[in-house]
Amino acid sequence: MNAAQAQALHHASTAPDADAFVRIVDVVKKFGEATAVAGVNLSVARNELFALLGSSGCGKSTLLRMLAGFEEVTSGRIIIDGEDMAALPPYKRPVNMMFQSYALFPHMSVAANIAFGLKQEKIGPREIDERVADVLELVQMSKYARRKPYQLSGGQQQRVALARSLVKRPKLLLLDEPMSALDKQIRQRTQIELVNILDKVGVTCMMVTHDQEEAMTMATRLAVMSEGRIVQLGTPHEVYEYPNTRFSAAFIGSTNLFDGNVSVDNPDHIYVECAALPQPVFISHGITGPLGMPVTLSIRPERVRLTRTAPDNTPNQAPGKVCNIAYMGSYTLYHVQLASGKNVMANVSTLAFDNVDPPSYDEEVFVSWAPDAVTVLTK
Amino acid sequence: MIKPNKKLQVGTLAVGFFFLYAPILSLIVYSFNDSQLVTIWSKVSLRWYYALAQDDELINAAWLSLKIGLLTAFASVAIGTWAGFVLARMGRFRGFTLYSAMINAPLVIPEVIQGISLLLLFVEMGKVLGWPAERGVFTIWIGHVMLCVSYVAIIVQSRIRELDTALEDAAMDLGATPLRVFFVITLPLISQALISGWLLSFTLSIDDLVLSAFLSGPGSTTLPLVVFSRVRLGLNPEMNALATIFIGLVTVGVIAANFFMQRAEARRAMPAS
Ligand SMILES: Nc1ncnc2c1ncn2[C@@H]1O[C@H](COP(=O)(O)OP(=O)(O)OP(=O)(O)O)[C@@H](O)[C@H]1O
Ligand SMILES: [Mg+2]
Repeated sequence: MNAAQAQALHHASTAPDADAFVRIVDVVKKFGEATAVAGVNLSVARNELFALLGSSGCGKSTLLRMLAGFEEVTSGRIIIDGEDMAALPPYKRPVNMMFQSYALFPHMSVAANIAFGLKQEKIGPREIDERVADVLELVQMSKYARRKPYQLSGGQQQRVALARSLVKRPKLLLLDEPMSALDKQIRQRTQIELVNILDKVGVTCMMVTHDQEEAMTMATRLAVMSEGRIVQLGTPHEVYEYPNTRFSAAFIGSTNLFDGNVSVDNPDHIYVECAALPQPVFISHGITGPLGMPVTLSIRPERVRLTRTAPDNTPNQAPGKVCNIAYMGSYTLYHVQLASGKNVMANVSTLAFDNVDPPSYDEEVFVSWAPDAVTVLTK
Repeated sequence: MIKPNKKLQVGTLAVGFFFLYAPILSLIVYSFNDSQLVTIWSKVSLRWYYALAQDDELINAAWLSLKIGLLTAFASVAIGTWAGFVLARMGRFRGFTLYSAMINAPLVIPEVIQGISLLLLFVEMGKVLGWPAERGVFTIWIGHVMLCVSYVAIIVQSRIRELDTALEDAAMDLGATPLRVFFVITLPLISQALISGWLLSFTLSIDDLVLSAFLSGPGSTTLPLVVFSRVRLGLNPEMNALATIFIGLVTVGVIAANFFMQRAEARRAMPAS
């Protein structure tokens, strides 16, 4: 798939299809003058784990709170399983939310916290007990049923919060930054556990996070939000490999960005002239746009090769000087300063240093990349 | 930090405590005095306690005060909780400043003025509406509630402000209607504020003299009123006995309240394991 195809796919998936499980249509939310959510269209399929990703204050939580019913939409519609949510207050929606702070009721035991939601329905005490026991088993917290929330660790509280929102078997589960209260060590383990649990239950799930790694590990699809709008939508792979804007290229993973203009425009290849690079960059696919159009090139650090000698017959190269080395274990991140002053990041796999001495500070090196390693961004 | 001289520190404390507690101590000691004269010690006896047990006027007044205190405490907590809840939660509506100022006004308006104004109101109402026909338990109760509501409102308001709103959102998300959320989640979480407010109202009502003086009628004399009128006729050792009993009750009450609050606090603050 090339960038153009990715673009097409992006457009296809922004229009909510009529039979999607959750449909968010033209939703706008204003707080007085300020617009928190500015016309969002989304559809989420049954049993999907969808992630909303974006920087702080871009409206992720607001969108989630509108799905839960805590905020009214200013305009637009929210449809879950064919039912319009507009008239439903939060306590009547088939939606449950796991809060960022977990919001466990401090005066109730773990079991009572989980049973709370079931008690609001007309469910017999025997069935309540059964379902609470089942869900405690699922999150491996059966031993702690009688404890109070303050007697649990952060990770345990999170499991209880998850159990409490799952026990009502919601049509849609909302997770607002589910990992933010955990420290990094247990976060990664918890992410995988959480995905496994959600898989087992088979629930449609929408998650908010500002941690791109978390979104990539957990989600089947994700949307990148910026200033109340969705900038890009797709699988983690699509969004990472084919970012469609500078914002999503820089937000998802790290990348090298070069501003330039199209200098040769052919249907199957183009050249882009960049001020920061000594010669035009050769790109092995065409783009739609006029000659001379300003574009931004994005090249991921792991696609940048680092050599001591100039690579043969490729225009996609530049000499430079190593100015920073960060050893990350499985790879080493090199910062190379080009003659133009531009800094280029290159990830070199630790494997590569089995036969070669790693370059050191101030060494003259060459960075280069394949013609298909470049993503052309027009926005 | 400036540290005062150690001797001076201890000295000041001693003087302060002496002023606070010497009168109370002497009162307790003299309540066991057999003599008719308050200031002259004869021998230890429980004479005045027996006299107290036979004094129907005092006992009736004590019961009345207790009744009014309980009524006041419950009514103030009920009304004050709503008022505090509105203050903390309604955001800024039209007239918010006026509303909060009016809730807090009874804290600063002198009781004498409150008493006079209520008295005038009741008298006028009695003339125009024929109700309240005469002043009594009911009018005292109204006055005391008016005094105590603002205290309760302030206590409850500050507790609700520090409450995590996500808790109420979560309860609503789990299917509880707003009314249920209030009774099942919010109220239990602010129960300590309610207890403090209740105790405060009860004490304020029990020892209120000024408002009661304006609002009482024939046959509805509260304990402080009786005590005050008798003391004006001359000190009476029976009052010492009464005061001693009161001090004993209050001490037990305060210790018990402290004990329970501290236990609840410790339970809340216990570190996560
Ligand atoms: N109740 C409110 N009243 C006024 N403005 C609000 C309110 N809630 C949110 N906003 C504004 O709406 C915007 C979006 O807020 P939101 O909480 O959705 O951000 P977010 O994407 O969740 O950010 P974060 O990652 O920091 O949680 C912010 O600019 C915020 O200031
Ligand atoms: Mg947020």
